[in-house]
Amino acid sequence: MLIAPLVVFLAVFMLWPLWIMISLAIRDDEVSEVLPRTAAALADWNGEGIPGSAAGQALADDLRGAERTRLGPAVRRLNSDISGFRTLMARTQRAADDVTDGAPIDLVAVDERWGETRYWRAIANAVQPYTDRYLLAAVDLERDPDGAIASMPEGASANAAIIVRTFTIAGTVTAICVMIGLPYAMLIAATGGWVRNALLLSVLLPLWTSLLVRTTAWVILLQNEGLVNAAITGLGLSDTPLSLIFNRTGVVIAMTHVLLPFMVLPIFSVVNAIPRNLMPAAASLGAPPLRAFYRVLLPLSMPGVLAGSLLVFMVAIGYYITPALVGGADDQMVASVIAFFALETANWGMAGALGLILLAATTILFIVYGRLSRSGAPIGA
Amino acid sequence: MGISGSSSFLAAVAIITGLSSGVAAARDLTVVSWGGNYQDVQREIYFEPFSEQNETPILEESWNGGYGVLAAQMQGGAPSWDVIQVEAEELELGCFDGIYETIDWEMMGGEDQFFDSTVSECGVGAIVWSTVLAYDGDRLDAEIDGWEDFWDIETYPGSRGLRRGPKLTLEIALMADGVPPEDVYDTLRTDEGVDRAFAKLDEIKNDIVWWEAGAQPLQLLASGELAMTAAYSGRIFAANETEDRNFEVVWNGSIYAVDSWVVLSGSPNKDAAMEFIRFASLAENQAKMPPEIPYGMSNVDVSNMLSDDVLEQLPTAPANLEGALETDVNFWVDNVEELTGRFNAWLAQ
Amino acid sequence: MSASLIRFENVSKAFGSTVVIDDLNLDVRKGEFLTLLGPSGSGKTTTLLMLAGFEAPSGGTILVDGKRIDDLPAHRRGMGVVFQNYALFPHLTVAQNVAFPLQMRGVPRGEIARRVDAALDRVQLRHLSSRKPSQLSGGQQQRVALTRCLVFEPKVILMDEPLSALDKQLRERLQLEIRELYRREGLTVVFVTHDQSEALTMSDRIAVFNRGAIAQIGTPADIYDRPANRFVSEFIGETNLLEAEVTGRGDDHLDLALEGGPGIRVPGRCEDRAVAVSIRPERLVLDAPELDNHLDATVDDVVYQGNHLRIHLSCGPLRLVAQSERRIEPPVVGRKVRVSFAAEDCTVLTE
Repeated sequence: MLIAPLVVFLAVFMLWPLWIMISLAIRDDEVSEVLPRTAAALADWNGEGIPGSAAGQALADDLRGAERTRLGPAVRRLNSDISGFRTLMARTQRAADDVTDGAPIDLVAVDERWGETRYWRAIANAVQPYTDRYLLAAVDLERDPDGAIASMPEGASANAAIIVRTFTIAGTVTAICVMIGLPYAMLIAATGGWVRNALLLSVLLPLWTSLLVRTTAWVILLQNEGLVNAAITGLGLSDTPLSLIFNRTGVVIAMTHVLLPFMVLPIFSVVNAIPRNLMPAAASLGAPPLRAFYRVLLPLSMPGVLAGSLLVFMVAIGYYITPALVGGADDQMVASVIAFFALETANWGMAGALGLILLAATTILFIVYGRLSRSGAPIGA
Repeated sequence: MGISGSSSFLAAVAIITGLSSGVAAARDLTVVSWGGNYQDVQREIYFEPFSEQNETPILEESWNGGYGVLAAQMQGGAPSWDVIQVEAEELELGCFDGIYETIDWEMMGGEDQFFDSTVSECGVGAIVWSTVLAYDGDRLDAEIDGWEDFWDIETYPGSRGLRRGPKLTLEIALMADGVPPEDVYDTLRTDEGVDRAFAKLDEIKNDIVWWEAGAQPLQLLASGELAMTAAYSGRIFAANETEDRNFEVVWNGSIYAVDSWVVLSGSPNKDAAMEFIRFASLAENQAKMPPEIPYGMSNVDVSNMLSDDVLEQLPTAPANLEGALETDVNFWVDNVEELTGRFNAWLAQ
Repeated sequence: MSASLIRFENVSKAFGSTVVIDDLNLDVRKGEFLTLLGPSGSGKTTTLLMLAGFEAPSGGTILVDGKRIDDLPAHRRGMGVVFQNYALFPHLTVAQNVAFPLQMRGVPRGEIARRVDAALDRVQLRHLSSRKPSQLSGGQQQRVALTRCLVFEPKVILMDEPLSALDKQLRERLQLEIRELYRREGLTVVFVTHDQSEALTMSDRIAVFNRGAIAQIGTPADIYDRPANRFVSEFIGETNLLEAEVTGRGDDHLDLALEGGPGIRVPGRCEDRAVAVSIRPERLVLDAPELDNHLDATVDDVVYQGNHLRIHLSCGPLRLVAQSERRIEPPVVGRKVRVSFAAEDCTVLTE
């Protein structure tokens, strides 16, 4: 009984959204619900040429009676297959409204696009209840007219590249967070009193700063005439200002800054629990400081490093605004593509499919993490 | 499952928002706009006077646009918003989907009272805003004429700012390539036209800094990071005013669009909502906006109430409309997914 | 006893303005079991840490085999250290822990395996060689820690309260084991403890620390029977410390007047007028007319302690504790008794 709230919580906040995301990514019933007669008329069509006039008749009848709030999503669905389908349908609906139910209508005369096979095929494909088109499109694949899986034409989509880039950026940020966070966490663990508090506070600070303030601060610091470049040129390290922002460097710097606490805190909590006498013990047994670090402190810190890396990586792949504000042309991450489909074009199928891909990647990572952390000490033993 | 995946998602959203916002019918008139400075002015000239005059409390919210947000509100069953200021795409999509109440133009004072492009079945135009070429007059002492100069990196060295995304960018590229504004969308409707726009963008690809939020290009212009940028005209004059900048605006080749007021269909406050839009569309009320933020107004009488100084900053000033381009909403609604995919692929190359 | 292996010369250590060790001179002889004993904060652990190389002396020199080592880093001193909580590496198995010092010394792989097995055999732990430390009992962990330390045959083994985390029974067993190991392997051990009975049990010599200096150094018997000062007499075992005034001096004895009047005669010489006399409780005997000194006292309380009785007595303002075998007839509380003790069981303390 006591775990009932937990079960409800899990169901409402974890399983339900997951189920919705999956069903959004594979369900495809907007069109068949609005165009039932057309769907029936196209059931026997072999997909070649133009379907008989009965199909056109059915389409006109469906459009005439269609509820607009349901027609909209169906039309958007078709338009995301072939750009321009929306205006075609709007025009066709107006024409259908002008004739009475069952009266003959010449669709090609309404719009000559109805004389093209691909528009009919798009409808025929869209009346199946399930589809893999979103999942395929999420990685730049599509089904060719024969139904085989093929790559989209070059230059049509960059989802795969953006997904790879997302993982690359997240991986880079994670690696840099480890490189900075591990020594930093050890430093915190080695200090005490107000020094420790100050160090902890300064790493937590970015979490309390608003995203825009933080990003603006980085722009001011890193731009060509910014403080960092002024320092670099002032010290004579470089004659020309370095490009530190509006490129990958800026994205990595800004993301590392805000994600560092997610690395430092887990490592700190692990390192802080390592008995203080292990390093003196290693020294007394003949280990020079560096070897003692690699053989003792580092392996014992690994659970924290792993947990921190997992956290940082998972949070990083969802980043969207920071890359948009401080990134360059090819620093957009997959979350911004998801936001484009979900918010701007209300294409929830694509948003769900891209979300699923991220989720799958995260799940795999989590399993790897589980394996690694169970196997105890991954290095040093 | 009988209901579709998306509607169950929206039901989830509805339940969760419903828990916090209470029963729809019991709420105050909820007006949603773009937030920030702009909404501050709107509060002063529309919201508060209207509330006072009609003894109708107004609940304000703000949003960042996106049709998906509205579709989610509607399909959730009980939208919590009444009046929303939307961009032209959201107006077009929602009107087709039937999620807005139809406008009674007689009540608004007649269609003749408004500029043509601000009149539609489902919405009343609120402002006309424009994307223009801007540069810092303190840093660049030259007569910049239009987007051809934007592409001329040799004569005017420095980075260029453009909004990340195909919209505006492709139009600008074609105009820079010599396509007259009236032919831009006809050209873009052909595959060759799109290829031509991307080919033009290739010429300065490495010099472009892509911005996303409207405040960015002006910060970057001010810091010298950008030599020229596309930017929203209203913000430029505001920056000149409040931050003592000397930003110059090139109206030639500017691209303007209309934002409109809409009422979500089924709104429990429909009458009050329409009354609010009427109030916000009166010339004497609209005339208070441009001196604060120089946007064009939908009511034709507004320009008679403004000083010449203010008038010449507006996208709707006749001189500024010369060589300007109106965004073709239908083109973008039809093509935004395909061209965004292509744009992203082009960026990734 | 053989020659000195380790020598502290005028060593001092201060943390900021707090002086922890003040002008320490100490020899550790080769092959001896030397215990540094003292209350916490007395400087015994700091002395050990300086020897191990974990703390640098503020002044003076530390010599091993006549060579200065106080500027050598810890990992080059070649001293085995056994820590309070064993300091086993939790991510390594027992065998890997024991192999660690050999790996650090570049011993060939085959030889490491052989030596680790042999070392674990000696402490009957070879069957646990693939366990992690967390899977061992406290006593087993302690043995692994010792083995890890012995396996590289250090010149000297330093132990910092190695048994304080164990329960009493296990502690006593391991005391004997360590002692046995020490004898069998011919080790030199410097052992730090605050437990005086542990020190008495295990040591060849004990250095009693007080406030950063050595209060007395000597064999356990020296320390117990002939404490050099009030601190040692009170810190080691239990004692009756009686304030006294010198009333007469003989060739080899002193006549003292105790507080409240009674006079006693004790061996020794001294120029001071006010002294203290230390008499161990077990040296106070009831009704033994053959002994030198007698005090009339009243029995305040009798406490049964298993193998002995503790008898609390008062003699005027003096409070005394006597310890008797339990076979004697317990005195009745409130009765007057005569307490006797031999002159040679008294130690006169001037400082």
